[in-house]
Formats: sequence, structure tokens, C-alpha cells
Amino acid sequence: MTKSSFSNIQSEYLALIDHNKCVRCKRCIQNCGWGTYSFGGDKILADHSKCVACGRCYTYCPEGAISIVKNPTVIRENANWSEGLIKNIWRQSETGGIVISGMGTTFKYKKYFDHILLDACQVTNPSIDPLREPMELRTYLGKKPSRLDVDLDENGEAVLKSKMPPQIELQTPFIFGAMSYGSISLNAQKAMALAARALGIVMNTGEGGLHDDLVPFGKNIIVQVASGRFGVHRDYLNSGVAVEIKIGQGAKPGIGGHLPGEKIGADISRTRMIPVGTDAISPAPHHDIYSIEDLRQLIYAIKEATDYEKPVSVKVAAVHNIAAIVSGIVRAGADIVYIDGYTGGTGAAPNIIKDHVGIPIELALAQVDERLREEGIRNEASIIAAGSIRSSADAVKAIALGADAVAIGTAALVVMGCHVCGKCNTGNCSWGITTQRPELVRRLDPEVYGERLYNLISAWSHEIQEVLGAMGVNSIESLRGSRERLRGVELTDAELKALGIKHAGL
Amino acid sequence: MITIDAAGMHYKELNRLIREGIGKGIKKFFLENVNGQYYIGDGIKGDDVVININGIPGNDLGVFMDGPTLIVNNNAQDNIGNTMNAGKILIKGDAGDVVGYGMRGGKIYILGNAGYRVGIHMKGYNEQLPIIIIGGEVGSFFAEYMAGGIIVLLGLNDSDEFDSEYFASGMHGGTIYLRKKIDFSKYSKDVELYETDENDMNFLKKYLIDYADSFNIPSEEIMGKPFYKIVPSSARPYAHLYTSA
Repeated sequence: MTKSSFSNIQSEYLALIDHNKCVRCKRCIQNCGWGTYSFGGDKILADHSKCVACGRCYTYCPEGAISIVKNPTVIRENANWSEGLIKNIWRQSETGGIVISGMGTTFKYKKYFDHILLDACQVTNPSIDPLREPMELRTYLGKKPSRLDVDLDENGEAVLKSKMPPQIELQTPFIFGAMSYGSISLNAQKAMALAARALGIVMNTGEGGLHDDLVPFGKNIIVQVASGRFGVHRDYLNSGVAVEIKIGQGAKPGIGGHLPGEKIGADISRTRMIPVGTDAISPAPHHDIYSIEDLRQLIYAIKEATDYEKPVSVKVAAVHNIAAIVSGIVRAGADIVYIDGYTGGTGAAPNIIKDHVGIPIELALAQVDERLREEGIRNEASIIAAGSIRSSADAVKAIALGADAVAIGTAALVVMGCHVCGKCNTGNCSWGITTQRPELVRRLDPEVYGERLYNLISAWSHEIQEVLGAMGVNSIESLRGSRERLRGVELTDAELKALGIKHAGL
Repeated sequence: MITIDAAGMHYKELNRLIREGIGKGIKKFFLENVNGQYYIGDGIKGDDVVININGIPGNDLGVFMDGPTLIVNNNAQDNIGNTMNAGKILIKGDAGDVVGYGMRGGKIYILGNAGYRVGIHMKGYNEQLPIIIIGGEVGSFFAEYMAGGIIVLLGLNDSDEFDSEYFASGMHGGTIYLRKKIDFSKYSKDVELYETDENDMNFLKKYLIDYADSFNIPSEEIMGKPFYKIVPSSARPYAHLYTSA
């Protein structure tokens, strides 16, 4: 077919420059990773078609001369034929391609966290002031024994005889979700590593291997094994506090990933242990895992390789039969199950998957916790909930629904300046997060953003302590899976049943 | 040197004894009465460690292995050399499914046939060049997503049949050598077939001689027929599939 260069798709945003304020310092030209700005001899010019509203230019414009506005030229409004649908048809008819993007779905599905309310003490039991009294957030991830054997020593003191399975100790129930070197920059990973160390929590390498610079952060790192096995070798498995087998991701359940060859530079090549310039293709399944029995085989292959000293986590996307799936995963020997809801983020995924596959984390979590309790195996594994945890309120509700801890990904990137423009797949991130272009990566200072991540998680932890105090409990442990402390609003009977909570007022 | 009688032993105990032995500096192991124990050689290190296995080892033989040599005097089962980094595995019989999945380095020589899913996502990196040589035939899904390294299919039984569906689909790196000419076009659209030249044969020769010596077969017998090579059409088979939102 002959290719036509004419496109129906108009600029989504307009980059407007106030030429009276502009001093022609050209910072916008430097800062924009998309090439929106150029210098026209006497003034800055903007190519609106390149603007993605990532917010970098106006944040760094010293004169406040830039405003980014939605292109007021309308596509005629139609609730059935939305702008997004029309544009996708144009896009696909012009290219023949599968539409992909970064970040989580932009669809407006019901957010269950926003329909759940927390309890508090009034009169009948006292609330606790977390500013004066200890409030325990420490969390241990790993298999807990179903019974404890205790001996008495010569003084009659109890001594624990049972050997505890390996645990990850977290000072607060947050971890940074898996984001690989390749999908994000090394500086973004370093910021999380610095914050994780300062906070006493962990980050996750994702499937891109472990860069040499992160090796010293081993005590705060979970290493991941995905279907492409990039950078996976025996020393890698032993370099973190735990090993995670990635089966699925909330943004793209059931499919693999392609890190395009142009992003595989020398450094990523070394970390992933693949040649420069080749596509890094992660097959959809692990081709050594076609069943729960096969999963068990890989879990124990890893336990053997790490001498049973590291908990093994299994990450799955929340899908329809998640409760039965997680039951199988726990029985296969996983010490931790990481469940990623359908609004979770990604470096790149087809929109058809991102927008239409999977289920909400809230419902998955409640069902999984219930099922594991019914089967008497809830102690066998810890549960991590993820898939757009946007605030400490989401986190505390997730824990009350049955999670041991929550993982944050997008929120951590927002700390680093991300405006959730969803263009991670292009590798042009002006904030130096989802790019490998050295001039862009350089601007993300790991120390600065490590501190901001520290601030965010500290603030969220304090907020959780406030909530716990209001509920009259002094430990996050006491809230875990305590759905009696939750009530629903604007939810149907079916939704309340799936969440295992009562309607407000009852 | 140490001999371990694996009769009735759980894999956990057997592998613990091997790891302990290597820790004490033992270089040569003889495992007797092996009967399906998983993970033999899992994550072990040491270029001069040799483990002789009598009996039939279980799945994930040599998984994550980084240097040692495993010699199996019988058939072996699934997942041999899974995500292996370095070392050598000799199978003096047939192998099961999923040989060398995600393998990055080292050698796997199989005298007989291998099952389905051989060499999936094998990859090379710098001087690490994983090599699988199979004396007989392979099943379907052979070399899917192959990203690097060398697989040689000898077909020593000299049958002209080739019954492997989904042959090298998604292959985007590495080279497959075949000791017979097949009409591969019905198997995969992602690869191209060439006749080997002198450079190919010079490169292959040392591995073929090593293979022949490992199994006491005359190397002339192996090299007496022409070889063909299969390479991917593109290092980026899916590059044009997507458009950005």
C-alpha cells in the first residue's frame, strides 16, 4: 500500500509561549525531551504536535512564560464515539499498528478504594494518640509457621524452638514495585534504592537484572526472575533479600514484553546480559512454567540456588479466578504473593490489554484473603497488594482488606516529576525517568528524589499511624484483614459481598 | 573424590551433600542410584567440578549452574540447563522437554533425542556463547524466541523426516546448524536457511570434535554430511507491530 503522510490526528495540547515574558533563555528547548521547542532566530517556536503535557517546560521556565493547554479545537462531542476511540481508529488506520502506551489504564472504571470508609473509636473504646504512644508499623514478609514449638530454659523462660522461615523486614508496610532498568533509568532506580535503604524497606529490580551500582543496596532489593531471564544467574539470585518470579503484571496480564533494541545500550546490555541493539523479548509465559506444578519446580529451583535463605515471591496480575490461582501459588511453595490490580502501571503495553483485562485489586485482595483463610493457609504466604496505590488511605484500606503490605510504582515516579503522560514507551521522558537518553537521565538526581521518596513514605506512614490510633489499635498487625473496620458506600450487594464488607450504617 | 549413594534420598539432602562437598574442595563426584532427584547441579560453581550421574536425574538438572560439568550416563528429564550461565552437561541418552531455556553460556551435548521446547530464549552475551548439540531429533517449539548462541541438530539416525512444528518462531538471534536440508519454510517465517561455508565449518569443527569425543563417536561420521545454517531474518522481529498512543 502507498503510505500517505497526511494524518487526521491533531495536536492534543498547545504549548503557548508568552513572548512578552520570554527572555529566550532556551531552557524549554533543553528541557523538552520531545523536541517541541526550537529557536526561530528571534523567538521560541513550538511544534504543538510533539507536546505530551509532561509539564517539564513550564516547571523549569524561569519566567513563567509557558502554558500548556488542551487543544480547544474540538472533535465533536459524542458520549458513544469518544475522542480517544476516534483517534485510535485514525492512528491504527494510518499505521496498522497495535496501539501501545505507558502507565496504567486511563479508563474511568469504578475505584473501589474511593467507596470504602474506615472506622474510628467513639466512647466505647478509646482511640490512641500516635504522637505520644508507640504505633507499630513493622511488617515481616514471608511464610509464618502454622505452629510454634517452645522449650523452657533452666530459668523457666520460654525459648523458641521452631526455626522461622526467612522473612523480609520492613519498617513500614510499603515497598517499591518492580520497575526494570530499561523501562526506567538507572537514576530512577538509584533514587528508590537510596530511599528504600533510609526507610528500611525494599525496592524491586524488575526483570532487567541488577546494575553493578545497585549491588551495595542488596539488603533493600528484591531481584526478579521473569520469562526472559534477563541478567539472571546464581549470584544475582543471592544478591537481594528475596527473589520474585514474575508471572504477570496488572497492566498487561497474560502478555510478555518487548524492550525495543534502540533502548539496549552498553549499560543495559551488560545488566540484562544480552547483546547491544537486540530486542529484549520476554515471552508471554515462562516456557518452563505451564502449570502450578511447574511453578513449584521453579520456586524450589530458586530455593535450592539460594540455600533456602531467601523468601520466594510470585507476582501475578489480578484476574477473574485470582483466589484459586493464589491458593495454588501458595501451595506451590511461594512465601510471598504479589497481586497487581488492573490499574497498575507499565513501561509499555497494548491499550487493548491495559484498558480491558484484569480485575480491581480491592476485589482480588478480599477474595484471596478470604479463600486462603478458609483453606487454613493464610499464614503460608504474605500478600502484597499493588495496582495504583495512590495514597496512604488506599494503602490502609488494602491492608484492612487483607494485604500484608502494598507496593507503589506510579506514585514513586510521580515523586520524581512524572505527570503521568503515559508516553513511557517512547523513551523520551523529559523528567529522566522512563528514558535512557543520557542528557535526560542526567537531570534526575538520585539523592534529591531519594529524599523526596523518603519524605513521601514517611508522611504516608505517619498518616497510617493516625488512622490506626483513631481506630484504637497500636499495630498495623491488628488491622490486617480486619474487614469489620471497613464500610462501603454507593456499592451494590454483589460488590459488598465480593469485598466482604458491610454497607455504611450497618 | 566422593561417591554418594542417592538411593531413596530426597533431592534436598542430595543437593546439600553436593554443595557441602564443593565447599570442602571436592572436585569429582559420583552419584549412584539417582532416581528422579530434581535440581542436581542447581546454582553450583567451579569450572573443575565434575559430577558423574548414574541413574536418571530429575527435572532442572544444572539449573542456574555456573561452571561445573555434569555427566549423565542414561536418559535425563525436563528443564536441563535451565537459565544456565556456564558449564557443561553431557547426556548419554535422550533428554526431555525444555532443554536450555534462557541459557546464557556453557554447553549441553545430548547423544539421543530431545523433547519439545528445546533452546527457547537461549541468548549469548559477550564471550558467553551457549551451545546445544543434539545427536537425534527434536520436538516442536524448537528454538522459539532464540536470541543468541548455537544449536546443532545432527539427526544422526539419518532419517529425512523432520517433525517439529513452530520451528524457531520468534527467533531473533543466534544460529541453528542442521545436518540435513529441510524445507523449513513451512515451519517458520522468521528465519532464513543458508548453506554453510568454510568459516562456519571451521567454527563448528572444534565443537563437533568435542561432542564426538565426549560420546566416543568418530567425528568423521558426524562431519561426513553437509551442514545447513538457519539464522533469523531480523534481530527485531516485532519492531513494526506497534504504534504509540
